[in-house]
Amino acid sequence: MIVAIVDYGSGNLRSAAKAFERAVREAELAAEVRVTADPDDLDRAGHIVLPGVGAFADCRRGLEALPGMVEALRRNVIERGRPFLGICVGMQLLADIGREHGDHPGFGWIGGEVAALAPADPALKVPHMGWNELELIRSDHPLLGGIGSGAHAYFVHSFGFVCANPDHLLATVDYGGPVSAVIGRDNLVGTQFHPEKSQAVGLRLIGNFLAWRP
Amino acid sequence: MLKVRIIPCLDVEGGRVVKGVRFVDLVDAGDPVEQARVYDAAGADELCFLDITASHENRDTILDVVRRTAEQCFMPLTVGGGVRTIEDIRRLLLAGADKVSINTAAVKMPEFVAEAAEKFGSQCIVVSVDAKTAAPGRFEIFTHGGRAATGIDAIAWAKRMVDYGAGELLVTSMDRDGTQVGFDIPLTRAIADAVRVPVIASGGVGSLDHLVAGVRDAHASAVLAASIFHFGTFTIAEAKAHLRRAGIAVRVDAGSAIDGG
Repeated sequence: MIVAIVDYGSGNLRSAAKAFERAVREAELAAEVRVTADPDDLDRAGHIVLPGVGAFADCRRGLEALPGMVEALRRNVIERGRPFLGICVGMQLLADIGREHGDHPGFGWIGGEVAALAPADPALKVPHMGWNELELIRSDHPLLGGIGSGAHAYFVHSFGFVCANPDHLLATVDYGGPVSAVIGRDNLVGTQFHPEKSQAVGLRLIGNFLAWRP
Repeated sequence: MLKVRIIPCLDVEGGRVVKGVRFVDLVDAGDPVEQARVYDAAGADELCFLDITASHENRDTILDVVRRTAEQCFMPLTVGGGVRTIEDIRRLLLAGADKVSINTAAVKMPEFVAEAAEKFGSQCIVVSVDAKTAAPGRFEIFTHGGRAATGIDAIAWAKRMVDYGAGELLVTSMDRDGTQVGFDIPLTRAIADAVRVPVIASGGVGSLDHLVAGVRDAHASAVLAASIFHFGTFTIAEAKAHLRRAGIAVRVDAGSAIDGG
């Protein structure tokens, strides 16, 4: 099985790849982690990961700059139902619209918008940066197996995913009010935090994703 | 609830960990990758490598250290020291760093921070604000490891750097660094209260009470220390327990209990 991590020039994928390789080893899976900019690799992949750091529109542009990549994502994730994990901005791109530096269309695969964090308490800094506790809403979701409410994950973001359908919210984090931490529907999941930077909790989530057969 | 971060900093020279007292008289304290693994297992919230000879010497040793660390530690890693060009940042990020810390280059060419933030995102651009007290209540920016004065007001500078896209500020007191007499509270607090982004307090930690003061009195979102951790004066767990007793929320489930905590 190939685990495709889509490389469209957004940030450092080395640590993400290393974390997935570690999770593959620990779960004793026969999987190859492939960091790729080739849309054909998505057709061959059993699991697809879309990372993303930086601004919403920049990430969207970066993806569009790879000929056939957005189409390959749509074909494999939406039509073929391959398990998909979006990380940080890779998750935010699933929204209908992103409101960072103006309004920009997302994929519209999970209804909602990506809006600026605006914690009322001025002591709460933006970006929301560091370790915060997950509050599980759907603890029965396979992605969250073995992870309990109160587990810490590492966040770095200034914008958050506001789900149109509350059923798509799998976990939240409290930052001056609830903020989406994990979202999903069918074969799609996304984390606002960085599992590849979240030590044991992150490796567990990655392992759960790799074992997931939605 | 967001937790206060405890960040051990490893000063690295030629691929080895050292810690200076006011940036001179270096004492070797081990292999950085080995140290990183220990801190990872001990529950450090982030790691920081400061390449202290970067301004003068070959920088490839730090890339190798970062690469080897990123293969083993799945936690946020910041690398600073001698970051001057977009290419420097790209190489560090590709080696496995999550954030880079910029000091001298930002002072020489503030637009570099804007360019870096635009290219890589604010989330990975830390601006290192190295300051000394110039007069009571007035703080001035220094570069080159505290050796060169600039005449720039530190508070105004901090605000400007955030406007340019810095996602976090690492505030180091050049008066306190290596002295173990505690953070410069007025300096750190003035900056933390003036900007929206998180501030890391740095320079001068000698006791666990200093860490508490950095958060409670200086309003820092994270505290960085070097000597007290890697000379074994205190462990990360002791530091967290002390902060917790002082009523400061810290993360305690690192690496072990996944469920809750």
